[in-house]
Amino acid sequence: MSVLIFIDINEEGAVKKTSLEVLTYGARLAQQLGVPAEGLVLAPVKEDLAALGKYGVQTIHQVQNEALAHFDAQVYTKAIAQVAEKTGATVILFSNNTDGKALAPRLSARLKAGLVSGAVALPETANDFVVRKSVFSGKAFADVKITTSIKIITLNPNSFTIEAGAGTATVAPAEVTADLPKVKTVSVNRQSAEVPLAEAERVVSGGRGMKGPENWGILEDLAKALNAALACSRPVADAHWRPHNEHVGQTGGAIAPNLYLAIGISGAIQHLAGVNRSKVIVVINKDPEAPFFKAADYGIVGDLFEVVPKLTAAIKQLKG
Amino acid sequence: MKILVCISKTPDTTAKIAFTDNNTKFDAAGVQWIINPNDEYYALVRAIELKEADPATIIHLINVGGADSDAIIRKALALGGDEAIRVNAENLDSFGIATQIAQVAKENNYDLIFLGKETIDYNGSAVGGMVAELLDLPYISLATKFELNGTTATVTREIEGGEEVCEVSLPVVVSCNKGMAEQRIPNMRGIMAARTKPLKVVEPAVSDALTEVAAFSLPPAKAGVKLVDADNVQELVRLLHEEAKVI
Ligand SMILES: Cc1cc2nc3c(=O)[nH]c(=O)nc-3n(C[C@H](O)[C@H](O)[C@H](O)COP(=O)(O)OP(=O)(O)OC[C@H]3O[C@@H](n4cnc5c(N)ncnc54)[C@H](O)[C@@H]3O)c2cc1C
Repeated sequence: MSVLIFIDINEEGAVKKTSLEVLTYGARLAQQLGVPAEGLVLAPVKEDLAALGKYGVQTIHQVQNEALAHFDAQVYTKAIAQVAEKTGATVILFSNNTDGKALAPRLSARLKAGLVSGAVALPETANDFVVRKSVFSGKAFADVKITTSIKIITLNPNSFTIEAGAGTATVAPAEVTADLPKVKTVSVNRQSAEVPLAEAERVVSGGRGMKGPENWGILEDLAKALNAALACSRPVADAHWRPHNEHVGQTGGAIAPNLYLAIGISGAIQHLAGVNRSKVIVVINKDPEAPFFKAADYGIVGDLFEVVPKLTAAIKQLKG
Repeated sequence: MKILVCISKTPDTTAKIAFTDNNTKFDAAGVQWIINPNDEYYALVRAIELKEADPATIIHLINVGGADSDAIIRKALALGGDEAIRVNAENLDSFGIATQIAQVAKENNYDLIFLGKETIDYNGSAVGGMVAELLDLPYISLATKFELNGTTATVTREIEGGEEVCEVSLPVVVSCNKGMAEQRIPNMRGIMAARTKPLKVVEPAVSDALTEVAAFSLPPAKAGVKLVDADNVQELVRLLHEEAKVI
């Protein structure tokens, strides 16, 4: 028995931040169950894997196989299943990020192992194996019982705090047989943003109150001062003021940063659905009746064009 | 070209979220049901566009659910599906639903299986991957663009902080995301035509549930907003730094 943690590697060969969350989560769960925590790396990696031991994993299984150089959900799933079987994994963990969303369901069907996607807390394991997840677009939680002997969980980004201690992991080479991928990667286009939105701890978001794309400079300045990612409401993306991948809400991305700054956004229920898991929400809106104030922790009633530059200056002052 | 579009029924976005039976069931009283927006706006409309480009294309819709799904299935037919299949099974988990869809897909040899990136109620993002695995097909998740050239598809998918373009030969399962297509409104002709389009009800294959919901709960209510004067942004910065500790 063990907890097996899938470690996501980005194109630069580095471990994704969301994987550090899952490693911490997995190590805590393994402790709770009294079994070892083990990691699994399939993609080429430039980092020192042994150092990941500081998050609490004892062993990292490293597969080096040409067929796995590019992500392909079908090929990866077969490889993970082989390692899971060899190591006797009873819990398999992923981040609920783009790769995790493709892999975990496939693996669930392959192993007939119950899946809870988008978990927000450690499972309750005292009696049954019950995992809390966010449902109804963040408006409620469901406690889901996994009834199979092998269990799969994907952890929502930013819902578990990374903890690092001391310790190194043993890196063990693992062999798998892998088919050639049927999906061929043609190109990868990364937005220049320093912080990917889904992983960002702070997010500065603009709505239709920004009046037009030409005004986004003040939000970019604020985001830079806060080391935050940018986001927007749906009409902003629909009008092509900002790229689609910045659109948050029910039909866009769902995020859960520590700080969400909503600027010139009314706070329609469909928008809230993507951001209501943020820990702290700050709203700047000239309309005191804007529904967003009901969901906010802090607010300023005022004209964003006056407030935002002052706010940026005050933050810069704080950071010295 | 034969396309299967998976359609699920979800409570309207503005529906009040409440639970019954000791917080174990969603309270459907007074709830208006809609086609899951990701299924409708992106998966179905993109399938319709492919049919418009090649009229020989056939679009089947599939829903796993009870008779109360028929209204949303008719709406999807009004938008442009050719015929619909409802697998008469309720309250299944993602794996149960995927098993039923895969069963129908096996019998009909689809070139393409489209579904939305997730449902807005259970937010699982799981059925697509499961269907693909049960059929041993490639799966492209979170697709924002889909182009066909013969039997090869060029698909753009979302990745963290950007996008990736990939190529795959049909058949393939694709989960559809914003960008694939623009929402459409059914017109009178579509609504009239939908009344006579076939809606086949089939009995479910045997499937096991791998999970069950033990209980639902609502998040704790917010304490209420702390307003700061617009002329005193320093105070907001102080609160975020010292009280909320987020900057
Ligand atoms: C099925 C469905 C799905 C949807 N999905 C999403 C989704 O995923 N994400 C999403 O965002 N929306 C979504 N919507 C749309 C949503 O209902 C709202 O229409 C949208 O969120 C409004 O965007 P907004 O707040 O930017 O614009 P508006 O509603 O136009 O609000 C602009 C706000 O800016 C304020 N303002 C204007 N000028 C200033 C100024 N100078 N200073 C300060 N404040 C100012 C105004 O007071 C107002 O509150 C969806 C709708 C439907 C029906």
